[in-house]
Amino acid sequence: MGYKAKQKLNAGIVHIVLIIGAIGMLAPFLWMVLTAFKSKSQAISVDPFYFLPQGAWHFENFTEVWNSYNFLRLYINTLIMMALRVLSALLTATMCGYAFGRLEFPGKKALFSIVLLQMMVPSQIFIIPQYLMVSKMHLLNTQFALVFPGVVTAFGTYLFKQAFQSLPREMEEAAELDGCSVFQRFSLIMLPLTRSALVSLGIFTALFAYKDMMWPMIVASDPSKTTLSAALAKLQGQFGSNYPQIMAGALMAIIPMMVIYLIFQKQFIEGIATSGGKL
Amino acid sequence: MKKKLFPSPRAWKEAKAAYLFVAPTLIGLLILNFYPIISTFYLSFCKTGDFGLNNTFAGLVNYARLIRDPDIPQSLLNTFRYALVQVSFSISLSLVLAVLVNRKMRAVSVYRTIYFLPMICAPAAIAMVWRWMFNSDFGLLNKLLGTHISWTTNPNTAWLCVAVVGIWSSLGYNMVLLLGGLQDIPKDYYEAAAIDGASGIDAFFHVTIPLLSPTLFFIIQTGIIGALQLFDLPYMIIDESSRAMGTVKSVTYLFYQHSFMKGERGYGSAIVIFMMLVIALITWLIQRTEKRWVHYN
Repeated sequence: MGYKAKQKLNAGIVHIVLIIGAIGMLAPFLWMVLTAFKSKSQAISVDPFYFLPQGAWHFENFTEVWNSYNFLRLYINTLIMMALRVLSALLTATMCGYAFGRLEFPGKKALFSIVLLQMMVPSQIFIIPQYLMVSKMHLLNTQFALVFPGVVTAFGTYLFKQAFQSLPREMEEAAELDGCSVFQRFSLIMLPLTRSALVSLGIFTALFAYKDMMWPMIVASDPSKTTLSAALAKLQGQFGSNYPQIMAGALMAIIPMMVIYLIFQKQFIEGIATSGGKL
Repeated sequence: MKKKLFPSPRAWKEAKAAYLFVAPTLIGLLILNFYPIISTFYLSFCKTGDFGLNNTFAGLVNYARLIRDPDIPQSLLNTFRYALVQVSFSISLSLVLAVLVNRKMRAVSVYRTIYFLPMICAPAAIAMVWRWMFNSDFGLLNKLLGTHISWTTNPNTAWLCVAVVGIWSSLGYNMVLLLGGLQDIPKDYYEAAAIDGASGIDAFFHVTIPLLSPTLFFIIQTGIIGALQLFDLPYMIIDESSRAMGTVKSVTYLFYQHSFMKGERGYGSAIVIFMMLVIALITWLIQRTEKRWVHYN
Protein backbone atom coordinates (compact mmCIF):
# COMPACT_ATOMS: atom_id res chain seq x y z
CA MET A 1 0.00 0.00 0.00
CA GLY A 2 1.32 3.43 -0.92
CA TYR A 3 1.98 6.23 1.57
CA LYS A 4 -0.97 8.30 0.32
CA ALA A 5 -3.38 5.38 0.57
CA LYS A 6 -2.19 4.61 4.08
CA GLN A 7 -2.70 8.23 5.15
CA LYS A 8 -6.21 8.14 3.72
CA LEU A 9 -7.02 4.91 5.55
CA ASN A 10 -5.71 6.40 8.82
CA ALA A 11 -7.80 9.53 8.37
CA GLY A 12 -10.82 7.32 7.67
CA ILE A 13 -10.32 5.34 10.88
CA VAL A 14 -9.88 8.57 12.86
CA HIS A 15 -13.14 9.92 11.49
CA ILE A 16 -15.00 6.71 12.28
CA VAL A 17 -13.83 6.79 15.90
CA LEU A 18 -14.69 10.48 16.26
CA ILE A 19 -18.11 10.01 14.66
CA ILE A 20 -18.94 7.12 16.99
CA GLY A 21 -17.93 9.37 19.90
CA ALA A 22 -20.02 12.22 18.54
CA ILE A 23 -23.06 9.92 18.31
CA GLY A 24 -22.49 9.03 21.96
CA MET A 25 -22.40 12.71 22.85
CA LEU A 26 -25.54 13.54 20.90
CA ALA A 27 -27.62 10.46 21.74
CA PRO A 28 -28.91 11.76 25.11
CA PHE A 29 -30.00 15.03 23.50
CA LEU A 30 -31.69 13.17 20.67
CA TRP A 31 -33.45 10.89 23.12
CA MET A 32 -34.59 13.93 25.08
CA VAL A 33 -36.18 15.42 21.94
CA LEU A 34 -37.78 12.17 20.79
CA THR A 35 -39.24 11.43 24.23
CA ALA A 36 -40.56 14.96 24.63
CA PHE A 37 -42.79 14.50 21.56
CA LYS A 38 -44.20 11.11 22.52
CA SER A 39 -47.36 10.31 24.40
CA LYS A 40 -46.79 8.87 27.85
CA SER A 41 -47.91 5.41 26.72
CA GLN A 42 -45.52 5.48 23.75
CA ALA A 43 -42.62 6.49 25.95
CA ILE A 44 -43.11 3.58 28.33
CA SER A 45 -44.28 1.02 25.79
CA VAL A 46 -42.21 -2.12 26.18
CA ASP A 47 -43.45 -3.99 23.19
CA PRO A 48 -43.33 -2.57 20.55
CA PHE A 49 -40.45 -0.24 21.29
CA TYR A 50 -41.13 3.15 19.75
CA PHE A 51 -37.96 4.87 18.73
CA LEU A 52 -39.78 7.72 17.01
CA PRO A 53 -43.02 9.30 18.22
CA GLN A 54 -45.94 7.52 16.53
CA GLY A 55 -48.73 9.39 14.75
CA ALA A 56 -49.01 13.04 15.65
CA TRP A 57 -46.11 14.59 17.58
CA HIS A 58 -47.29 15.56 21.03
CA PHE A 59 -46.63 19.27 21.34
CA GLU A 60 -49.05 19.40 24.26
CA ASN A 61 -46.30 18.05 26.53
CA PHE A 62 -44.60 21.40 26.12
CA THR A 63 -47.70 23.53 26.63
CA GLU A 64 -48.67 21.59 29.75
CA VAL A 65 -45.26 21.95 31.38
CA TRP A 66 -45.03 25.56 30.18
CA ASN A 67 -48.31 26.43 31.90
CA SER A 68 -48.00 24.43 35.09
CA TYR A 69 -44.46 25.70 35.69
CA ASN A 70 -44.87 29.21 34.36
CA PHE A 71 -41.79 28.85 32.18
CA LEU A 72 -42.10 32.43 31.01
CA ARG A 73 -41.42 33.54 34.61
CA LEU A 74 -38.51 31.09 34.87
CA TYR A 75 -36.92 32.44 31.70
CA ILE A 76 -37.34 36.02 32.92
CA ASN A 77 -35.97 35.25 36.40
CA THR A 78 -32.99 33.40 34.97
CA LEU A 79 -32.28 36.06 32.36
CA ILE A 80 -32.43 38.94 34.85
CA MET A 81 -30.20 37.08 37.31
CA MET A 82 -27.65 36.35 34.58
CA ALA A 83 -27.73 39.90 33.22
CA LEU A 84 -27.34 41.58 36.62
CA ARG A 85 -24.53 39.24 37.65
CA VAL A 86 -22.69 39.76 34.38
CA LEU A 87 -23.00 43.56 34.55
CA SER A 88 -21.97 43.74 38.17
CA ALA A 89 -19.10 41.27 37.76
CA LEU A 90 -17.71 43.05 34.69
CA LEU A 91 -17.95 46.48 36.28
CA THR A 92 -16.34 45.58 39.61
CA ALA A 93 -13.77 43.11 38.30
CA THR A 94 -12.38 45.36 35.57
CA MET A 95 -11.88 48.24 37.99
CA CYS A 96 -10.40 46.08 40.70
CA GLY A 97 -8.23 44.11 38.26
CA TYR A 98 -6.91 47.35 36.80
CA ALA A 99 -5.92 48.67 40.22
CA PHE A 100 -4.16 45.44 41.18
CA GLY A 101 -2.52 45.02 37.78
CA ARG A 102 -1.54 48.58 36.97
CA LEU A 103 -1.57 50.92 39.97
CA GLU A 104 0.71 51.21 42.98
CA PHE A 105 -0.74 51.68 46.44
CA PRO A 106 0.15 50.74 50.01
CA GLY A 107 -1.42 47.48 51.17
CA LYS A 108 -1.77 46.10 47.64
CA LYS A 109 -0.41 42.65 48.45
CA ALA A 110 -2.42 42.27 51.64
CA LEU A 111 -5.63 43.31 49.92
CA PHE A 112 -5.00 40.98 47.00
CA SER A 113 -4.69 38.07 49.41
CA ILE A 114 -8.43 38.47 50.13
CA VAL A 115 -9.05 37.82 46.44
CA LEU A 116 -6.79 34.77 46.47
CA LEU A 117 -8.38 33.42 49.65
CA GLN A 118 -11.82 33.42 48.04
CA MET A 119 -10.46 31.46 45.08
CA MET A 120 -8.78 28.84 47.25
CA VAL A 121 -11.61 27.72 49.51
CA PRO A 122 -14.51 25.59 48.25
CA SER A 123 -17.54 27.79 47.60
CA GLN A 124 -19.88 25.66 49.76
CA ILE A 125 -18.27 27.23 52.82
CA PHE A 126 -19.97 30.57 52.05
CA ILE A 127 -23.48 29.23 51.54
CA ILE A 128 -24.95 28.98 55.06
CA PRO A 129 -23.96 32.54 56.14
CA GLN A 130 -25.00 33.94 52.73
CA TYR A 131 -28.37 32.25 53.14
CA LEU A 132 -28.71 33.57 56.71
CA MET A 133 -27.96 37.12 55.52
CA VAL A 134 -30.61 36.98 52.80
CA SER A 135 -33.05 35.41 55.22
CA LYS A 136 -32.46 38.05 57.91
CA MET A 137 -33.06 40.81 55.35
CA HIS A 138 -36.40 39.09 54.55
CA LEU A 139 -35.38 38.85 50.93
CA LEU A 140 -35.82 35.13 50.29
CA ASN A 141 -37.66 34.41 47.04
CA THR A 142 -36.63 37.68 45.41
CA GLN A 143 -34.51 38.59 42.44
CA PHE A 144 -32.05 40.14 44.88
CA ALA A 145 -31.51 36.77 46.57
CA LEU A 146 -30.69 35.11 43.24
CA VAL A 147 -28.12 37.75 42.28
CA PHE A 148 -26.62 38.31 45.75
CA PRO A 149 -23.56 35.96 45.87
CA GLY A 150 -22.56 36.90 42.33
CA VAL A 151 -22.24 40.70 42.53
CA VAL A 152 -18.46 40.57 42.85
CA THR A 153 -16.01 38.02 41.55
CA ALA A 154 -12.58 37.06 42.82
CA PHE A 155 -11.91 34.94 39.75
CA GLY A 156 -12.84 37.84 37.46
CA THR A 157 -10.58 40.20 39.40
CA TYR A 158 -7.72 37.77 39.00
CA LEU A 159 -8.47 37.37 35.28
CA PHE A 160 -8.42 41.14 34.73
CA LYS A 161 -5.31 41.67 36.83
CA GLN A 162 -3.55 39.31 34.41
CA ALA A 163 -5.16 40.91 31.35
CA PHE A 164 -4.13 44.45 32.33
CA GLN A 165 -0.63 43.37 33.32
CA SER A 166 -0.04 41.85 29.89
CA LEU A 167 -0.75 45.14 28.07
CA PRO A 168 2.17 47.38 27.05
CA ARG A 169 2.99 50.34 29.31
CA GLU A 170 3.75 52.89 26.57
CA MET A 171 0.23 53.81 25.58
CA GLU A 172 -0.77 54.54 29.12
CA GLU A 173 2.34 56.60 29.78
CA ALA A 174 1.68 58.69 26.67
CA ALA A 175 -1.87 59.27 27.82
CA GLU A 176 -0.67 60.32 31.25
CA LEU A 177 1.67 62.89 29.71
CA ASP A 178 -1.29 64.19 27.73
CA GLY A 179 -3.01 64.82 31.04
CA CYS A 180 -5.44 61.89 31.22
CA SER A 181 -6.66 61.06 34.73
CA VAL A 182 -6.41 57.53 36.11
CA PHE A 183 -10.07 56.98 35.39
CA GLN A 184 -9.75 58.19 31.80
CA ARG A 185 -6.72 55.98 31.21
CA PHE A 186 -8.65 53.01 32.55
CA SER A 187 -11.94 53.52 30.76
CA LEU A 188 -10.85 55.07 27.46
CA ILE A 189 -7.48 53.47 26.76
CA MET A 190 -6.91 50.26 28.67
CA LEU A 191 -10.39 48.75 29.03
CA PRO A 192 -11.11 48.53 25.28
CA LEU A 193 -7.91 46.49 24.91
CA THR A 194 -9.20 43.72 27.16
CA ARG A 195 -12.08 42.71 24.92
CA SER A 196 -11.36 39.00 24.94
CA ALA A 197 -11.19 38.95 28.75
CA LEU A 198 -14.48 40.86 28.89
CA VAL A 199 -16.13 38.30 26.63
CA SER A 200 -14.63 35.39 28.60
CA LEU A 201 -15.75 36.67 31.99
CA GLY A 202 -19.18 37.60 30.66
CA ILE A 203 -19.77 34.13 29.25
CA PHE A 204 -18.33 32.41 32.30
CA THR A 205 -20.46 34.45 34.72
CA ALA A 206 -23.63 33.95 32.69
CA LEU A 207 -23.09 30.20 32.34
CA PHE A 208 -22.17 29.76 35.99
CA ALA A 209 -25.37 31.55 37.05
CA TYR A 210 -27.43 29.53 34.57
CA LYS A 211 -26.02 26.15 35.64
CA ASP A 212 -25.97 26.70 39.40
CA MET A 213 -28.65 24.67 41.11
CA MET A 214 -27.95 24.66 44.85
CA TRP A 215 -28.15 28.40 45.55
CA PRO A 216 -31.52 29.06 43.83
CA MET A 217 -32.90 25.88 45.42
CA ILE A 218 -31.99 27.29 48.85
CA VAL A 219 -33.10 30.91 48.53
CA ALA A 220 -35.92 30.64 45.99
CA SER A 221 -38.10 27.69 46.87
CA ASP A 222 -41.17 29.41 45.41
CA PRO A 223 -41.52 27.96 41.86
CA SER A 224 -42.46 31.33 40.38
CA LYS A 225 -39.40 33.06 41.89
CA THR A 226 -36.71 30.54 41.03
CA THR A 227 -34.45 29.81 38.06
CA LEU A 228 -34.61 27.21 35.29
CA SER A 229 -31.99 24.93 36.88
CA ALA A 230 -33.68 24.81 40.27
CA ALA A 231 -37.15 24.47 38.73
CA LEU A 232 -36.02 21.33 36.89
CA ALA A 233 -35.27 19.67 40.23
CA LYS A 234 -38.83 20.41 41.37
CA LEU A 235 -40.28 19.38 38.03
CA GLN A 236 -38.68 15.96 38.22
CA GLY A 237 -40.09 15.51 41.71
CA GLN A 238 -43.60 16.55 40.68
CA PHE A 239 -44.08 14.96 37.26
CA GLY A 240 -42.40 11.78 38.49
CA SER A 241 -42.89 9.17 35.81
CA ASN A 242 -44.40 11.38 33.11
CA TYR A 243 -41.20 11.17 31.10
CA PRO A 244 -42.38 13.03 27.98
CA GLN A 245 -43.28 16.05 30.12
CA ILE A 246 -40.06 15.88 32.14
CA MET A 247 -38.07 15.78 28.90
CA ALA A 248 -40.11 18.64 27.47
CA GLY A 249 -39.24 20.72 30.53
CA ALA A 250 -35.54 19.81 30.36
CA LEU A 251 -35.48 20.62 26.65
CA MET A 252 -37.07 24.02 27.16
CA ALA A 253 -34.51 24.80 29.84
CA ILE A 254 -31.49 24.08 27.61
CA ILE A 255 -32.65 25.17 24.14
CA PRO A 256 -32.04 28.96 24.45
CA MET A 257 -28.50 28.51 25.76
CA MET A 258 -27.80 25.92 23.07
CA VAL A 259 -28.85 28.30 20.30
CA ILE A 260 -26.63 31.07 21.69
CA TYR A 261 -23.76 28.58 22.00
CA LEU A 262 -24.07 27.44 18.41
CA ILE A 263 -23.85 31.06 17.24
CA PHE A 264 -20.95 32.09 19.49
CA GLN A 265 -19.24 28.73 19.95
CA LYS A 266 -15.71 30.05 19.54
CA GLN A 267 -16.17 32.66 22.29
CA PHE A 268 -17.94 30.14 24.52
CA ILE A 269 -15.21 27.53 24.23
CA GLU A 270 -12.46 30.09 24.86
CA GLY A 271 -14.35 31.65 27.74
CA ILE A 272 -14.95 28.35 29.48
CA ALA A 273 -11.44 27.08 28.78
CA THR A 274 -10.00 30.00 30.78
CA SER A 275 -12.28 29.37 33.75
CA GLY A 276 -9.99 26.81 35.38
CA GLY A 277 -12.52 24.04 35.88
CA LYS A 278 -14.84 26.15 38.00
CA LEU A 279 -17.85 25.42 35.82
CA MET B 1 14.99 56.87 57.41
CA LYS B 2 11.44 55.68 57.19
CA LYS B 3 10.15 55.30 53.68
CA LYS B 4 7.43 57.76 52.92
CA LEU B 5 4.05 56.17 52.29
CA PHE B 6 3.35 58.52 49.41
CA PRO B 7 6.62 59.90 47.98
CA SER B 8 4.89 62.40 45.68
CA PRO B 9 1.49 64.02 45.08
CA ARG B 10 1.24 61.89 41.96
CA ALA B 11 1.67 58.70 44.01
CA TRP B 12 -1.04 59.84 46.41
CA LYS B 13 -3.36 60.58 43.49
CA GLU B 14 -2.74 57.13 42.03
CA ALA B 15 -3.31 55.41 45.37
CA LYS B 16 -6.52 57.34 45.93
CA ALA B 17 -7.87 56.16 42.58
CA ALA B 18 -6.72 52.61 43.30
CA TYR B 19 -8.56 52.45 46.64
CA LEU B 20 -11.69 53.68 44.92
CA PHE B 21 -11.29 51.04 42.21
CA VAL B 22 -10.74 48.09 44.56
CA ALA B 23 -13.39 49.18 47.08
CA PRO B 24 -16.52 47.67 45.46
CA THR B 25 -14.93 44.25 44.93
CA LEU B 26 -13.20 44.14 48.30
CA ILE B 27 -16.26 45.26 50.27
CA GLY B 28 -18.27 42.66 48.38
CA LEU B 29 -15.72 39.93 49.05
CA LEU B 30 -15.55 40.86 52.73
CA ILE B 31 -19.33 40.61 53.13
CA LEU B 32 -19.97 37.68 50.80
CA ASN B 33 -16.90 35.54 51.38
CA PHE B 34 -14.58 36.66 54.14
CA TYR B 35 -17.22 37.09 56.85
CA PRO B 36 -18.96 33.82 55.83
CA ILE B 37 -15.73 31.86 56.29
CA ILE B 38 -15.46 33.12 59.87
CA SER B 39 -19.18 32.73 60.43
CA THR B 40 -19.22 29.13 59.15
CA PHE B 41 -16.23 28.38 61.36
CA TYR B 42 -18.07 29.82 64.38
CA LEU B 43 -21.33 28.05 63.48
CA SER B 44 -19.50 24.74 63.41
CA PHE B 45 -19.07 25.12 67.18
CA CYS B 46 -22.75 25.92 67.71
CA LYS B 47 -25.81 23.88 68.38
CA THR B 48 -28.71 24.86 66.13
CA GLY B 49 -32.11 25.29 67.77
CA ASP B 50 -35.52 24.48 66.32
CA PHE B 51 -36.27 25.85 62.83
CA GLY B 52 -32.56 26.57 62.42
CA LEU B 53 -32.75 29.45 64.91
CA ASN B 54 -30.98 30.29 68.17
CA ASN B 55 -27.45 29.12 67.70
CA THR B 56 -25.80 28.51 71.03
CA PHE B 57 -22.12 27.88 71.55
CA ALA B 58 -21.60 24.21 72.25
CA GLY B 59 -17.89 23.61 71.88
CA LEU B 60 -16.85 20.54 69.96
CA VAL B 61 -20.25 18.84 69.91
CA ASN B 62 -20.55 18.89 66.12
CA TYR B 63 -17.02 17.63 65.58
CA ALA B 64 -17.56 14.85 68.12
CA ARG B 65 -20.64 13.87 66.14
CA LEU B 66 -18.73 14.09 62.87
CA ILE B 67 -16.14 11.59 64.07
CA ARG B 68 -18.81 9.08 65.05
CA ASP B 69 -21.16 9.62 62.10
CA PRO B 70 -20.88 6.57 59.80
CA ASP B 71 -22.16 8.73 56.92
CA ILE B 72 -18.91 10.71 56.93
CA PRO B 73 -16.43 7.94 56.01
CA GLN B 74 -19.02 6.50 53.63
CA SER B 75 -19.55 9.80 51.81
CA LEU B 76 -15.79 10.41 51.73
CA LEU B 77 -15.31 7.01 50.15
CA ASN B 78 -18.10 7.73 47.63
CA THR B 79 -16.60 11.10 46.75
CA PHE B 80 -13.05 9.79 46.39
CA ARG B 81 -14.22 6.91 44.26
CA TYR B 82 -16.15 9.27 42.01
CA ALA B 83 -13.22 11.69 41.73
CA LEU B 84 -10.77 8.91 40.91
CA VAL B 85 -12.94 7.22 38.29
CA GLN B 86 -14.35 10.38 36.75
CA VAL B 87 -11.04 12.21 36.43
CA SER B 88 -8.96 9.26 35.22
CA PHE B 89 -11.45 8.08 32.60
CA SER B 90 -12.40 11.55 31.44
CA ILE B 91 -8.79 12.62 30.98
CA SER B 92 -7.64 9.41 29.27
CA LEU B 93 -10.57 9.43 26.88
CA SER B 94 -10.27 13.12 26.11
CA LEU B 95 -6.52 12.71 25.55
CA VAL B 96 -7.29 10.11 22.89
CA LEU B 97 -9.89 12.44 21.36
CA ALA B 98 -7.52 15.42 21.42
CA VAL B 99 -4.74 13.43 19.72
CA LEU B 100 -7.18 12.22 17.06
CA VAL B 101 -8.55 15.70 16.42
CA ASN B 102 -5.08 17.30 16.38
CA ARG B 103 -4.46 17.07 12.64
CA LYS B 104 -5.29 19.03 9.57
CA MET B 105 -8.93 18.39 8.87
CA ARG B 106 -11.91 20.54 8.24
CA ALA B 107 -14.25 18.81 10.68
CA VAL B 108 -12.23 19.71 13.81
CA SER B 109 -14.52 22.52 14.88
CA VAL B 110 -17.61 20.38 14.29
CA TYR B 111 -16.31 17.64 16.59
CA ARG B 112 -15.22 20.19 19.16
CA THR B 113 -18.64 21.85 19.15
CA ILE B 114 -20.40 18.51 19.65
CA TYR B 115 -18.12 17.15 22.38
CA PHE B 116 -18.28 20.45 24.23
CA LEU B 117 -22.10 20.60 24.21
CA PRO B 118 -22.72 19.23 27.75
CA MET B 119 -20.61 22.05 29.23
CA ILE B 120 -23.21 24.67 28.32
CA CYS B 121 -26.25 22.71 29.53
CA ALA B 122 -27.89 22.88 32.93
CA PRO B 123 -26.59 19.83 34.84
CA ALA B 124 -30.13 19.27 36.07
CA ALA B 125 -31.37 18.75 32.50
CA ILE B 126 -28.49 16.44 31.67
CA ALA B 127 -29.08 14.41 34.82
CA MET B 128 -32.78 14.09 33.98
CA VAL B 129 -32.28 12.62 30.52
CA TRP B 130 -29.62 10.20 31.76
CA ARG B 131 -31.87 9.11 34.61
CA TRP B 132 -34.56 8.41 32.05
CA MET B 133 -32.13 6.45 29.86
CA PHE B 134 -31.03 4.45 32.93
CA ASN B 135 -34.66 3.63 33.83
CA SER B 136 -34.92 -0.08 34.61
CA ASP B 137 -38.29 -0.78 32.94
CA PHE B 138 -38.44 1.58 29.98
CA GLY B 139 -34.95 3.09 29.70
CA LEU B 140 -33.11 3.28 26.41
CA LEU B 141 -30.02 1.59 27.83
CA ASN B 142 -31.79 -1.59 28.93
CA LYS B 143 -33.70 -1.68 25.64
CA LEU B 144 -30.54 -1.46 23.57
CA LEU B 145 -28.72 -4.02 25.72
CA GLY B 146 -31.75 -6.28 26.09
CA THR B 147 -31.20 -6.32 29.86
CA HIS B 148 -33.31 -5.41 32.85
CA ILE B 149 -30.82 -3.83 35.22
CA SER B 150 -31.94 -1.38 37.92
CA TRP B 151 -29.05 0.94 37.11
CA THR B 152 -29.87 3.81 39.46
CA THR B 153 -31.44 1.91 42.36
CA ASN B 154 -28.92 -0.92 42.69
CA PRO B 155 -26.12 0.14 45.09
CA ASN B 156 -23.56 -1.66 42.91
CA THR B 157 -24.34 0.25 39.73
CA ALA B 158 -25.75 3.58 40.94
CA TRP B 159 -22.35 5.18 41.57
CA LEU B 160 -21.25 4.03 38.11
CA CYS B 161 -24.23 5.84 36.57
CA VAL B 162 -23.20 9.06 38.26
CA ALA B 163 -19.58 8.56 37.16
CA VAL B 164 -20.61 7.88 33.55
CA VAL B 165 -22.60 11.10 33.39
CA GLY B 166 -19.71 12.99 35.01
CA ILE B 167 -17.25 11.60 32.45
CA TRP B 168 -19.58 12.27 29.54
CA SER B 169 -20.13 15.85 30.70
CA SER B 170 -16.45 16.74 31.05
CA LEU B 171 -14.96 15.10 27.93
CA GLY B 172 -15.29 18.16 25.72
CA TYR B 173 -13.79 20.55 28.24
CA ASN B 174 -10.73 18.38 28.83
CA MET B 175 -10.40 17.75 25.11
CA VAL B 176 -10.33 21.47 24.35
CA LEU B 177 -7.63 22.16 26.95
CA LEU B 178 -5.52 19.18 25.85
CA LEU B 179 -5.89 20.15 22.21
CA GLY B 180 -4.59 23.61 23.09
CA GLY B 181 -1.61 21.99 24.81
CA LEU B 182 -0.95 19.69 21.84
CA GLN B 183 -1.00 22.55 19.38
CA ASP B 184 1.70 24.31 21.40
CA ILE B 185 4.14 21.42 20.91
CA PRO B 186 6.60 22.38 18.13
CA LYS B 187 6.51 20.03 15.12
CA ASP B 188 10.34 19.80 15.11
CA TYR B 189 10.23 17.60 18.20
CA TYR B 190 8.30 14.94 16.33
CA GLU B 191 10.53 15.23 13.29
CA ALA B 192 13.61 14.82 15.47
CA ALA B 193 12.02 11.79 17.15
CA ALA B 194 11.18 10.26 13.76
CA ILE B 195 14.76 10.73 12.53
CA ASP B 196 15.98 8.94 15.66
CA GLY B 197 13.73 6.06 14.63
CA ALA B 198 11.02 6.52 17.26
CA SER B 199 7.66 4.93 16.47
CA GLY B 200 4.38 6.84 16.87
CA ILE B 201 3.87 5.26 20.29
CA ASP B 202 7.43 6.12 21.41
CA ALA B 203 6.87 9.71 20.32
CA PHE B 204 3.60 9.81 22.24
CA PHE B 205 5.18 8.74 25.53
CA HIS B 206 8.51 10.55 25.15
CA VAL B 207 7.49 13.72 23.36
CA THR B 208 3.74 14.31 23.71
CA ILE B 209 3.21 13.35 27.36
CA PRO B 210 6.20 15.27 28.82
CA LEU B 211 5.44 18.40 26.79
CA LEU B 212 1.76 18.12 27.63
CA SER B 213 2.43 17.55 31.32
CA PRO B 214 1.71 21.15 32.45
CA THR B 215 -1.75 20.98 30.82
CA LEU B 216 -2.31 17.48 32.18
CA PHE B 217 -1.32 18.56 35.66
CA PHE B 218 -3.67 21.54 35.48
CA ILE B 219 -6.72 19.53 34.40
CA ILE B 220 -5.98 16.71 36.85
CA GLN B 221 -5.75 19.16 39.75
CA THR B 222 -8.77 21.30 38.85
CA GLY B 223 -10.70 18.15 37.84
CA ILE B 224 -10.13 16.46 41.18
CA ILE B 225 -10.98 19.59 43.17
CA GLY B 226 -14.17 19.97 41.13
CA ALA B 227 -15.09 16.29 41.49
CA LEU B 228 -14.64 16.47 45.27
CA GLN B 229 -17.47 19.03 45.33
CA LEU B 230 -19.92 16.78 43.47
CA PHE B 231 -23.57 17.54 44.19
CA ASP B 232 -25.96 18.07 41.25
CA LEU B 233 -25.62 14.65 39.62
CA PRO B 234 -26.32 12.39 42.62
CA TYR B 235 -29.04 14.79 43.77
CA MET B 236 -30.83 14.56 40.42
CA ILE B 237 -30.06 11.02 39.25
CA ILE B 238 -30.51 8.98 42.42
CA ASP B 239 -33.73 8.90 44.44
CA GLU B 240 -33.25 10.35 47.92
CA SER B 241 -35.11 7.41 49.45
CA SER B 242 -33.33 4.78 47.37
CA ARG B 243 -30.97 2.45 49.20
CA ALA B 244 -28.46 3.20 46.44
CA MET B 245 -28.14 6.75 47.78
CA GLY B 246 -25.93 5.43 50.58
CA THR B 247 -23.25 4.41 48.10
CA VAL B 248 -23.55 7.57 46.01
CA LYS B 249 -24.02 10.53 48.31
CA SER B 250 -21.09 12.90 48.31
CA VAL B 251 -19.73 15.08 51.10
CA THR B 252 -21.40 18.14 49.55
CA TYR B 253 -24.67 16.22 49.39
CA LEU B 254 -24.34 15.43 53.10
CA PHE B 255 -23.63 19.10 53.76
CA TYR B 256 -26.74 20.15 51.83
CA GLN B 257 -28.87 17.50 53.49
CA HIS B 258 -27.96 18.51 57.03
CA SER B 259 -27.84 22.28 56.47
CA PHE B 260 -30.94 22.79 54.34
CA MET B 261 -33.15 19.71 54.49
CA LYS B 262 -32.77 18.99 58.21
CA GLY B 263 -31.99 22.55 59.33
CA GLU B 264 -28.89 21.46 61.30
CA ARG B 265 -26.69 24.35 60.27
CA GLY B 266 -24.18 23.81 63.07
CA TYR B 267 -23.50 20.26 61.96
CA GLY B 268 -23.63 21.31 58.30
CA SER B 269 -20.96 23.91 59.02
CA ALA B 270 -18.75 21.31 60.69
CA ILE B 271 -19.11 19.09 57.60
CA VAL B 272 -18.14 21.88 55.21
CA ILE B 273 -15.13 22.87 57.35
CA PHE B 274 -14.06 19.23 57.35
CA MET B 275 -14.54 19.12 53.58
CA MET B 276 -12.39 22.22 53.12
CA LEU B 277 -9.59 20.56 55.09
CA VAL B 278 -9.86 17.38 53.01
CA ILE B 279 -9.70 19.36 49.76
CA ALA B 280 -6.73 21.35 51.06
CA LEU B 281 -4.92 18.15 52.00
CA ILE B 282 -5.58 16.53 48.62
CA THR B 283 -4.50 19.68 46.77
CA TRP B 284 -1.27 19.70 48.76
CA LEU B 285 -0.65 16.03 47.96
CA ILE B 286 -1.24 16.61 44.25
CA GLN B 287 1.11 19.58 44.22
CA ARG B 288 3.80 17.51 45.88
CA THR B 289 3.79 15.17 42.86
CA GLU B 290 4.22 18.10 40.49
CA LYS B 291 8.03 18.23 40.51
CA ARG B 292 8.31 14.54 39.72
CA TRP B 293 6.50 14.47 36.41
CA VAL B 294 5.60 17.95 35.22
CA HIS B 295 8.08 19.61 32.86
CA TYR B 296 7.90 23.35 32.41
CA ASN B 297 9.98 24.88 29.65
